Amino acid sequence: MSGWLTVQDVQLECVERGHGRPILWLHGEEGLDHEAPVLDRLAAHGHLLAPSHPGFGHSPEAASIDAVDDLAYLYLDLLAQQDARDAVVIGCSLGGWIAAEMAVKCTERVARLILIAPLGIKVGDRETRDIPDIFALHPDEVLRLQYHDPARARLDHAALSDDRLTVIARNREATALYAWEPYFHDPKLRRRLHRITVPTLLLWGADDRFVTADCYGAAYRDAIPGAGLETIPGAGHFPHLEQPEALAERVRAFALA
Amino acid sequence: MRAWFFSENAYHLLPDAREYDSIRVKLPNRYYDPKIGADLYHRFIDEWLLAEELGLEIMVNEHHQTATNVNPSAAVVMGALGRVTRSARLLILGNPIANRREPVRVAEEMAMVDVYSRGRLECGFVRGVPYEMSAGNHRPTHMMERFWEAHDLIVKAWTSHDGPFNWEGKYFHHRQVNIWPRPYQEPHPPIWITALSPSSAREVGARGYTVACFLTGFEGTKTVFDSYRERRAELGLPAAPRERFAYAALVYTGDTDAEGYAGARKLMWYLESNKVPPQFTSPPGYHPIASTVNAMKGATPGIYKMFQNPTLEGLMEHGLVFAGNPDSVYRQIMRMYEHVGGFGQLLMMSQAGFLDHEETVKGMQMFSREVYPRLKELR
Repeated sequence: MSGWLTVQDVQLECVERGHGRPILWLHGEEGLDHEAPVLDRLAAHGHLLAPSHPGFGHSPEAASIDAVDDLAYLYLDLLAQQDARDAVVIGCSLGGWIAAEMAVKCTERVARLILIAPLGIKVGDRETRDIPDIFALHPDEVLRLQYHDPARARLDHAALSDDRLTVIARNREATALYAWEPYFHDPKLRRRLHRITVPTLLLWGADDRFVTADCYGAAYRDAIPGAGLETIPGAGHFPHLEQPEALAERVRAFALA
Repeated sequence: MRAWFFSENAYHLLPDAREYDSIRVKLPNRYYDPKIGADLYHRFIDEWLLAEELGLEIMVNEHHQTATNVNPSAAVVMGALGRVTRSARLLILGNPIANRREPVRVAEEMAMVDVYSRGRLECGFVRGVPYEMSAGNHRPTHMMERFWEAHDLIVKAWTSHDGPFNWEGKYFHHRQVNIWPRPYQEPHPPIWITALSPSSAREVGARGYTVACFLTGFEGTKTVFDSYRERRAELGLPAAPRERFAYAALVYTGDTDAEGYAGARKLMWYLESNKVPPQFTSPPGYHPIASTVNAMKGATPGIYKMFQNPTLEGLMEHGLVFAGNPDSVYRQIMRMYEHVGGFGQLLMMSQAGFLDHEETVKGMQMFSREVYPRLKELR
């Protein structure tokens, strides 16, 4: 079921399912699909909390929050509010960036960190765009880069409800709020990743053409002490959408077994 | 009524549009020949000078990374015009202040132009069209909040005369603001602001600035002007005079209707050449969520259909083009005037694309001799 959480006066729409070990799922720029099969699969192994970040889904914007740094503190506060001791924190893409920003600040309440094709670091030089500019590419090209099977990912807007369209528009707007500039990264994050001392797994869609495992994923892995990097076949940048079973199984084996 | 001659300074000598997917943001500037560009700049300045000679006022704007308008700095060209003109009012409409990193620099530039011209500057502030976001790397969310903070800082910089003041706002930080020169006009140049929506019109109305509508047609313009007037009434402020209301249209006056229409068809280059892919027309956060949802459903408001497949008849019917012989042009302007409750500033886009110098001059002369005297009497 989904409901609402309040963290430090910030209202969050939140999917909350299952019992046991806390699992914090941080969605990416694609937003949170409450019906996504991956959520049920994870909730079978613990107490899943999957909030929509302020501005995403139906969560209102928050006056105090306009950067990923703010989101990282918000979710550290959420873990404290839940009195989590051994949380599994999972973030995808933009959500992976948020999770990494949390972990460089404090891992006191985190037992395992799973970053699914996380954004957030600068790898190349100043004239190399590490992350394609989704705001300057044709929407079809963005789909081609982000999905193993772009045709299945394309939405027929005419068939969607106003509520669903509103959420899509809000998700895009909130993504711009958090990731416009610097573009999907914090210039200082890469040099701080060494502070992450909890076991960390990087998961990457083998067909991710948006940010590749070989380049961007390897740079992330090399910056986090002891981190592993695994790829998932048949998936692009959002493996939890294209291969939910395989993704949930990797998560289970690493963090919830 | 005052009439303003406005030219976007386009660089129109482009390859076949099938060769590129966007005239804005990403069209390579190898298509721009600086030698031709220099000739065009000088031609356009000559046309502004002629406008002054004909008794018209002068309007300049700015855009970035686009062949539709090669004026990335309105302050630069207005600096030149401030020196070479003598009597015309000089309107910049405008400075895209939500997109400028340093509002204090804008305050300085505008004060300079005002002093150069001995107090003839009319200073516009605009939000900027959606395509400007990528060109300037400006975050399109919360733009109006940034816009008004920039505005507040600029006005304070213009009107503070006792040494530095401090500014530590949400968007701008500047601890020692103390501009030299200060503006020529007291307390500062008249401010104009463009508005497309009722909510922004209300903000402008509350402050009593001149509100300008661009190609918004009969209904869009009326909505904006009504919202401005209503907001002032709500606040118990005096009704604004007609000169606080400005409307921009494509205008071409000929000896005959046929000649006027032929000129207007060339002005339509502005609309016809505006080939821009969706990622630049709808940056996230620029349009309200409800409008974005409607656009996703494929609903296009009537007036925007005009921009997709413009016809001269359709544009004239909606009040985006005033064209024909002098009587026709006068009648069309008055039809808009009556419909929107009066306006005192007519912004005339009267040069574009392949409208050459002689044709441009002919349209200006016909308007200023045969139409303008009748409009001036409206004062």
